[in-house]
Amino acid sequence: MDLYTLTAHEIRDMIKEKKISSKEATQAAINRINQVEDKVESYVTVLADEAVAQAEAVDAKIAKGEDVGALAGVPMALKDNMCTKNVLTTCSSKMLYNFKPPYDATVTEKLKNAGTVLLGKLNMDEFAMGSSTENSYFKKTKNPYDITKVPGGSSGGSAACVSADEAYFTLGSDTGGSIRQPASFCGCVGLKPTYGSVSRYGLIAFASSLDQIGPMTKDVKDCAMVLNHIAGYDAKDSTSVNIEHPDFEKALTGDIKGLKIGMPKEYFGAGIDSEITTAIIKAVENMKALGAEAADMSLPLNEYALPAYYMISSAEASSNLARFDGVKYGYRAEKFSDLLDLYCQTRSEGFGAEVKRRIMIGTYALSSGYYDAYYKKAQQVRTMVMNDFNKAFETYDVLVTPTSPTTAFGIGEKTSDPLKMYMGDICTVSVNIGGLPAIVIPCGYDKAGLPIGIQIIGKPFGEATVLNAAYALEKTITKVRPNL
Amino acid sequence: MKITKEEVLHVAKLARLNLTEAETESLINDMGNIIGFADKLNELNTDGVVPTAHAIPMQNAFRADEVKESFPREEILQNAPDSDGDGFLIPKVVE
Repeated sequence: MDLYTLTAHEIRDMIKEKKISSKEATQAAINRINQVEDKVESYVTVLADEAVAQAEAVDAKIAKGEDVGALAGVPMALKDNMCTKNVLTTCSSKMLYNFKPPYDATVTEKLKNAGTVLLGKLNMDEFAMGSSTENSYFKKTKNPYDITKVPGGSSGGSAACVSADEAYFTLGSDTGGSIRQPASFCGCVGLKPTYGSVSRYGLIAFASSLDQIGPMTKDVKDCAMVLNHIAGYDAKDSTSVNIEHPDFEKALTGDIKGLKIGMPKEYFGAGIDSEITTAIIKAVENMKALGAEAADMSLPLNEYALPAYYMISSAEASSNLARFDGVKYGYRAEKFSDLLDLYCQTRSEGFGAEVKRRIMIGTYALSSGYYDAYYKKAQQVRTMVMNDFNKAFETYDVLVTPTSPTTAFGIGEKTSDPLKMYMGDICTVSVNIGGLPAIVIPCGYDKAGLPIGIQIIGKPFGEATVLNAAYALEKTITKVRPNL
Repeated sequence: MKITKEEVLHVAKLARLNLTEAETESLINDMGNIIGFADKLNELNTDGVVPTAHAIPMQNAFRADEVKESFPREEILQNAPDSDGDGFLIPKVVE
């Protein structure tokens, strides 16, 4: 048996039962990285020696009978926008090519305390802006199901890595679909938690009112397990919400009798590949066979969520990215005439084309004379989109939709037209606008064998409900592994 | 929506970006398309709608005003492109 194929909860249990050591689990993942990483290119940084040393330390503690944490010895990897103390954290940008944070993000710290082993840092679209991971300064990650296709983005490295068995689980971040769309493209499980569920402290900000960190895993049980360890109030993040979270792993009963599913018709119409629509409808049939009830309904404002999202996220990005000026950390231009020129040259050389485009759009939307027409207008539309959701959740427990209009597209296929790339986010952005939790799991494969992801959206703090719905559905789906 | 070259250059100045001629040209086109797409929002009547900044309603998150340990100076300066060991070094601003 190849250890690397196992899920994170299986590895956790086997280490706990002393059937394997953490070092064996870690070595198996590193061997797998050595075997397929040339093709997949999901990592920016691999910490092979450090990971083995960490695993040996966990094993030594287990041998002595010490408390080692609930995820003791489980090897995992993090998206490269989450701070790791003294470990390179680049955001896949030239701007942070040499940045070693002096502190751990709260998620990093929590996973450390749970006993996990850090295998490395994962590739992404620069500053999490993109839907294909083609905007990385360092490399283009490939889809494990077909290496001529993109893995999706912006957490493309996190999705490809876990899908290719190069880590037992990973974390991604999601501002407009950046966990869910790559999970869909790479056939893994991805959850965007409710805004405020997981601390953003130490997550390099893209759009602060939309960003959330979440698990990317091999199955739904892993997803619940990881969420248990990263969710919770954090005084260091003033937008983190202080509520009691249930035990998400225990919430997985597989019983969905009477679950009310809404299927918003705006997500099933023109523009969505028919193979995808068919697969989603079939998945809902499977859930109905388990006792769930499903009905067609409407979220009429969905088409306005996309332009509202691009105004809000770009505006927040232009403000957040003002801090990168070549003074305190990261890249500094070699040639400049004075302080202002140092700022301008550093930013012009340090940021890639997509990041500059978003900064420009955001600065425009916030500039004098346009603020009301674009930024304020988008925030008003946000209110209306949220009201739509609130109304829907008076009747339905969850909403089920496609994740992306297409399966994974070819590398280079959409890079020439930014607006065309943005249109691909039509199924995911409204969830961030509403701050809602949503999970994506594979529910089928297209004719070319590429995964199709189904999205299950829940009420605020309804993670346990969407996880359990996904858990029940997962049992009815035959998973096909990538052939690398 | 038409974005002019002057607008692109003005916004670039606000954003502290120096654009090449080629970047300017493609931004005239891309920003025109993207802002034009955002004009779709005008189809909705938002009179009297309260703007939402955060999805989860929350008031100011206050904390006790206590003195806590800060990062050691050398750890913070470790990432500085230029430093004299006490602070960040930048080109002279005041004559």
